[in-house]
Amino acid sequence: MTSKNGASGEVLLEMRGLRIEGQSEDQWNEIVHGVDVTLRRGEVLGLIGESGAGKSTIGIASMGFARPGCRISGGSIVFEGMDLRAASDEQLRKLRGSRIAYVAQSAAAAFNPAHKLIDQYTETPVQHGVKHKGEAEKEAMELYRRLRLPDPENIGFRYPHQVSGGQLQRAMTAMAMACRPDLIVFDEPTTALDVTTQIEVLAAIKDVVHEFNTAAIYITHDLAVVAQMADRIMVLRYGDLVEEGNARDMLANPKEDYTRQLLAVRSYKKEEAPPDESPVPLLEVRNVTASYGGKVTVLEDVSVKVGRGRTVAVVGESGSGKSTLARVITGLLPPSEGSILFDGEELPASYKRRSRDQLRHAQMIYQMPDTALNPRQKIRDIIGRPVSFYLGLKGAAREKRIRELLAMIEMDPDEFIDRLPGELSGGQKQRICIARALAAEPELIICDEVTSALDQLVAEEILKLLQRLQDELGVTYLFITHDLATVRAISDEVVVMLQGKVVEQGGKADIFTPPHDPYTDLLLSSVPEMDPDWLDALLADRAARKARGEKVMDSAGQ
Amino acid sequence: MAQIWKLLKSAPPTAVFGMVVIVLYIFIAVFGPMLTPYGESEIVGSQFIPRGEQGFILGTDNLGRDMLTRLIYGARNTIGIAFVTTCLAFLIGGVLGLLATTLGGWADQLLGRLVDVLMAIPILIFALLILTITGTSVPVLILVIAVLDSTRVFRLARSVSMNIVVLDFVEAARLRGEGTWWIITREILPNSMPPLVAEFGLRFCFVFLFISALSFLGLGIQPPTADWGSMVRDNATLITYGDITPLLPAAAIALLTVGVNFVVDWFLHKTSGIRDDK
Amino acid sequence: MANILKMVAQRLTLGLLTLFVVSLIIFLGVELLPGDFAQEILGQSATPETVAAFRRELGLDLPAHTRYLDWLGGIFQGDFGKSFASGRDVSDLIGGRLLNTLFLAAVAAAISVPVAMALGILAALYRNTIFDRTINVFTLTSISFPDFFVAYILILFLSVSWNIFPSISNVSSDLGFWQHVYRVILPALTLTLVIIAHMMRMTRAAIINLLASPYIEMAMLKGISRSRIVTHHALPNALAPIINVIVINLAFLVVGVVVVEVVFVYPGLGQLLVDSVSKRDIPVVQASCLIFAATYILLNLTADVLSILTNPRLLHPK
Repeated sequence: MTSKNGASGEVLLEMRGLRIEGQSEDQWNEIVHGVDVTLRRGEVLGLIGESGAGKSTIGIASMGFARPGCRISGGSIVFEGMDLRAASDEQLRKLRGSRIAYVAQSAAAAFNPAHKLIDQYTETPVQHGVKHKGEAEKEAMELYRRLRLPDPENIGFRYPHQVSGGQLQRAMTAMAMACRPDLIVFDEPTTALDVTTQIEVLAAIKDVVHEFNTAAIYITHDLAVVAQMADRIMVLRYGDLVEEGNARDMLANPKEDYTRQLLAVRSYKKEEAPPDESPVPLLEVRNVTASYGGKVTVLEDVSVKVGRGRTVAVVGESGSGKSTLARVITGLLPPSEGSILFDGEELPASYKRRSRDQLRHAQMIYQMPDTALNPRQKIRDIIGRPVSFYLGLKGAAREKRIRELLAMIEMDPDEFIDRLPGELSGGQKQRICIARALAAEPELIICDEVTSALDQLVAEEILKLLQRLQDELGVTYLFITHDLATVRAISDEVVVMLQGKVVEQGGKADIFTPPHDPYTDLLLSSVPEMDPDWLDALLADRAARKARGEKVMDSAGQ
Repeated sequence: MAQIWKLLKSAPPTAVFGMVVIVLYIFIAVFGPMLTPYGESEIVGSQFIPRGEQGFILGTDNLGRDMLTRLIYGARNTIGIAFVTTCLAFLIGGVLGLLATTLGGWADQLLGRLVDVLMAIPILIFALLILTITGTSVPVLILVIAVLDSTRVFRLARSVSMNIVVLDFVEAARLRGEGTWWIITREILPNSMPPLVAEFGLRFCFVFLFISALSFLGLGIQPPTADWGSMVRDNATLITYGDITPLLPAAAIALLTVGVNFVVDWFLHKTSGIRDDK
Repeated sequence: MANILKMVAQRLTLGLLTLFVVSLIIFLGVELLPGDFAQEILGQSATPETVAAFRRELGLDLPAHTRYLDWLGGIFQGDFGKSFASGRDVSDLIGGRLLNTLFLAAVAAAISVPVAMALGILAALYRNTIFDRTINVFTLTSISFPDFFVAYILILFLSVSWNIFPSISNVSSDLGFWQHVYRVILPALTLTLVIIAHMMRMTRAAIINLLASPYIEMAMLKGISRSRIVTHHALPNALAPIINVIVINLAFLVVGVVVVEVVFVYPGLGQLLVDSVSKRDIPVVQASCLIFAATYILLNLTADVLSILTNPRLLHPK
């Protein structure tokens, strides 16, 4: 995306040697170590990095703001010639919202639940004395229209909880534009959204920023997304700059290893494994219908077969019912109709009625490693419990087995066996979760979004580990995810779900090549690619197909 | 050990003061009666001898008993009874609260409704009602207050454990086939300790003040047992002469409560991780 | 809108139900008396005939549910039965005293609510300053003091040493309004001091919690002025938690009144209750407990309903 003025415009924001400290337990530690940022008028700068990179902290520092628990400890921040660090509170207050605006990651949290959307829009220009309320309201409706919100005339008069996530994010973007600021900081605006909703929001942001020649700092962890939006990219890691440059150049020719790793993150792929020869599948879900409290149907007539030693990926967006499927299989939610068969034998609907051995055969790994491990238990006990509970091992035999398991997940037994989960990183915790599942010697492991909460490079390692374990042990995976890149990487078969129903299922190769079910098509096409022109091309393609009269879904019913 | 010392050094003066007070009181309650010059209800002189006269450091009370001795015995009686009551309340409320969370469903509903009804009546009113009927004896007092106070402990134990029980590791334990007892004692309880410990301190303060108030009204611990609340009542008339003697047992009550509150406040501050600094 | 009305109606019904259950408990409490109550009242020397006659007169020989319904029916007509100790109508005894107690509580509430709110909000806004920390120590100390301690200290200073206020608040109906107020000042002050401490702490905690919300940070990033953030963004969302705090503390007030009335010998319902408990005058105890409990339940009910009515998600459903 190129700005109207191109890269030779006037310098808008200049941060030199920026140092920021964060507080933990009464101690201040430096989290940003002398970073330089230069932004020109109309330019879009992408700040990319994994968690702990400091990108959000740097982004918000451009407004001279530091969150509670952080402080700007060094360097200079100059905006339009004004030194923000020396400015008074009143000067900063006048600047914020009118010349520099912020779009938060969670729109639901950022809007005040007690006021209508349009009132929160008009508040900024009215309070800054830039416009009258009536004028501002008219402009709001116009912006809502430009951002492709449904019913733009009236949607502003709703309250935040009455509007969906994707719509709120666009409403927040509109609110940020209210005073026609020179700079907008977008802080992971689409991270919390489904991939199909994300397209709309990305397109909306791109349009508006382009039209008003606003400079933008676009913060994200997703390199493919930033490729669509930014003119220049800065790659950050642990508060340091890794690489900086023009977007297209960097994507084509990354200079640093770290950047290369980030770019390569979607390229891991495994070959589809040969089909399972045995007559009876390991797991069969037969015509399952389930609901919560008998009122809301979350699964409708779902049938899935999982062969031995295979990886079946269940993919869908929020509300698709994929996680509910896992709950039904494990027996946490008994279905109202249908049955679950394990190795040909029907399992009792509720886990409370299953035998210990039946429970042992299917193990689950959870999405959030932080809440999946008891913070008060040592690693030895976390892994050791299934070993003694299911296999009856005690004493030295148990200890030996625990060590074997730790070695299997590539963690040094001596170093980790006595630790508490709080001392481990996210990736390490997830490995422990895998070891815990393996300790039961199951035949089936259900992975519920196990990489979604991890940084991309760490997630990649976990996927490789899981594949290695499958090759060695022949364990079967039911892999639940919303991320198609992950599906492409590790699955043999794919089940696509939408709003509680199975839309399409089959071998990986089949699913990924057209023709598709319209929803599958929407899902596949919505995954951002590293190509900077991808978004524009996608939108053009959809528009063309609609013009030809083809049935094209452009949002999952939202 | 070194960690505890470091923790103590970082405590604010109010918390240190509180801890000193608590230790002092425990010492007096346990060892005091061995060191008193007179017996608990021994009449040693005429009534209302002023402080410092005739060898009575704190004078005598309305029946001619030594105030100092009575104060020391009062420590054991009042604190002891309050402590036992709090422990009982905690046992009942804590266990039921954890059970309600773990069992869920109808057990939770039933206990919840029961607690709602019990809590619809203020403790003082309920206690007065029951005491009218049963009369005031120490075991009855302890039982009644413990049961009524356990409702508050129930609510807290339930809400704290509700936050834990929805976490994935508890679900993992359930799916493993672990029994209810294991889940309560190994998964939920260890992670609920900080708020429960703080609540123990707060409940103790409440029970302590409550029993003293009842005794002050003449409806709690009965004479001749030395008890701070009734000691205030016995000597109340002295106030009109500007004598602060009745304030001594009252101050003793206040001091312990203040101490415990300071310590609990610091504990909550430390464990809830509220960022108070800019 | 209909949804909200339904919720409010549900809550009101629940409140009424609770009231009935509580009245049942209060009534049943007596049924659990070990031994024969009539015997106890009349003493060991009473003859069996006298006891029987007494029982019949009190209606103790009728079955329980009849007595309960009679009692309940009587209450609706304002008849609470007769006092065991004095034989007078309980409603006579209670009437004037209830008014006195309400007066005392009202004076205490009128002073404490605004002061506590103001201090709590200020402490939250100026968090962790010397002002805040000092107040924290003071309130923590204050909530640790037994009511009677505070009362006697006040008496010592303001009544005995400096003779400003009377230490015994004997009010009667023939006193003028300001006379009434004058005598009520010390007990009201005692109550106020204790309640302010509790209320201030809770308000401070509620506001701090509110100020940590993401939309408050967003308002700051929009460059909204501090005062507008407080009035326009924080306050509308603060209504529910603050109402809750006020009502919880008013409920404390209802109970704190009892001790204070005894110390100051104030002719209120609390003092009557305590006296009747010692004399085991059951009808009076039952009636007083019922009134106190009903007030408590009513206050909680008001809090619940108000917090339903101020919740934006409920006011404007999807």
